[in-house]
Amino acid sequence: MMELVCPAGTPAALRTAVDAGAHAVYCGFADATNARNFPGLNFNRDEMAAGIRYAHARGAKVLVAINTFPQAGNQGLWHAALADAEAAGADAVILADLGLLARAAECHPGLRRHLSVQAAAANADAINFYAETFGVKRVVLPRVLTVAEITAINRAIEVETEAFVFGGLCVMAEGRCSLSSYATGRSPNMNGVCSPASHVVYAQERGETVARLGGFTIHRTPAGGPAPYPTLCKGCFTSGAQTGHIFEDPVSLDATQLIPQLARAGVTALKIEGRQRSRAYVAEVVRSFRAAVEAEAAGRPMPESALRRLTEGQAATTGAYAKTWR
Amino acid sequence: MDLTVGPNPFFWSVEAVRDFYACLARAPVARVVLGELVCSKRLPFWQDEIPGAIETLRAAGKEVALSTLALITLPRERRLTRDLIEMGLPVEVNDLTALRFIPDGMPFWVGPLVNVYNEGTLDWLADRGARRICLPPELPMGAVEILAEAGRQRGVAVEVWGHGRVPLAISGRCYHARLHDRAKDNCQFVCGEDPDGRPVETLDGQAFLTVNGVQTLSQSVASAARQLGLLRAAGVASLRLSPQSAYFSDICEAYAGALGGGAAGLESRLAATTGGAALSDGFLAGEAGVDWSGG
Repeated sequence: MMELVCPAGTPAALRTAVDAGAHAVYCGFADATNARNFPGLNFNRDEMAAGIRYAHARGAKVLVAINTFPQAGNQGLWHAALADAEAAGADAVILADLGLLARAAECHPGLRRHLSVQAAAANADAINFYAETFGVKRVVLPRVLTVAEITAINRAIEVETEAFVFGGLCVMAEGRCSLSSYATGRSPNMNGVCSPASHVVYAQERGETVARLGGFTIHRTPAGGPAPYPTLCKGCFTSGAQTGHIFEDPVSLDATQLIPQLARAGVTALKIEGRQRSRAYVAEVVRSFRAAVEAEAAGRPMPESALRRLTEGQAATTGAYAKTWR
Repeated sequence: MDLTVGPNPFFWSVEAVRDFYACLARAPVARVVLGELVCSKRLPFWQDEIPGAIETLRAAGKEVALSTLALITLPRERRLTRDLIEMGLPVEVNDLTALRFIPDGMPFWVGPLVNVYNEGTLDWLADRGARRICLPPELPMGAVEILAEAGRQRGVAVEVWGHGRVPLAISGRCYHARLHDRAKDNCQFVCGEDPDGRPVETLDGQAFLTVNGVQTLSQSVASAARQLGLLRAAGVASLRLSPQSAYFSDICEAYAGALGGGAAGLESRLAATTGGAALSDGFLAGEAGVDWSGG
């Protein structure tokens, strides 16, 4: 059966995901070392150790994301995260930075290393480079690849691949995007945040709800209606005579129907985005995808997605997996 | 501190490319990185210009390196990268895929699109053969100072984004094609209509971003004009100037003059070269990247 890798922003969400059928849970420490460094989220050292014990007792794995780029002059915070993840019994760490990968391979050789999507390894040569150089065992694939490209990659590499199937959708190569810090000073690579809520302002103007990020208008929607969160790359902008969602519509990824194709493409694990999500959301998504991977393993058709109402802005896409997306 | 001209991110006609590098041969810059950075589909249209440009630039005493693509996915792009390394010139790595093909011991350069955020990564790249590293434009001055010192200790020349629209993101999707309701595979090379990219404004008319095929740049023109003293004191080896379609010689001369001691009037000289776009230095010196310390 394909491995289902589920998000846990809090210890309670970890237990919820494990109870709902996650084969593995990914989470991070409560600091700038992980790419979901939001207030009120993530794990202190004791919570991490307890969470890992809880998961292991139920046959589930815990993958610790240390997937931001260590800050110059402050690498100790990231090095401590590696050591503490190993001490807590993590099944793997998810890394993106070259220097941190080298450190992990040298100082924590027994700790399994996964390559984060933030490293944006988008072809077999890059993946083989990370596998040969740092002993990476699994690569989380960037969301710029089609199913056909994933198939070709898996034929040319020895390590496992993990593909996103549900949740937020980056339209840019991950780990290589400074749009958020251009507008707000806070970036995924350096601070573990994108389009941070601290820089969002909503205003009512001329019968519209205006959502601004760092002072830049991202959306204008009719007052009283739903106003999507102003994620920068999902905004409505103008270029020349055209106005619209120039980069991406406010959609999220749902690749449920592609699970059999991803299995045939040689993908080992399916990843659900959303460490910032509620326990109820995690429970529902994990149950639904557990049913889907069981159906795939049994050769049954994929269940109709029951998750429509959970997707951002009520619309879903299969993203780059379909070539026409480009 | 000297000047390095980065690869042209935009899609220009053969004539424009030829003129640009012919002019650049006379410009007061120490080195030039060239090659297709953004989209491999563009390369067949202008690749025949590359050998001549290299020859002209080297005859004028410039150091020349070839850039890899910024995002390598297709088999054709992987072959292209392999071929690039065999051309006998220094290679500037802008996608780490290239390291699979660069033999141990062969020196290389690292471009601004590789994530070098800390000493650990700089050390690892130095061990692997990096001789020049242009830091990511997103880094603040404090990080630049630490990395310039780390570079000095390791014999790696550290370069900083000095001037030009900032590369902010790269995607599998072509936004130029999307703006024309075309798929990437049928783009008909519409990015060539916008030699400095296509401006993107907010719904309230705020100048914001620039679309350049699969790349997204700032609309403001980043400039380290107000940080030259700090960068020099930090031991930064070179300032990177990023090509634009007009006034590029003026930009090179303005910075060369400033580095030679005549910093007065640099900002106003540069302001005349942006085609109306604002200057920014927020990544180095402000809160958000778009900020400008000049008020």
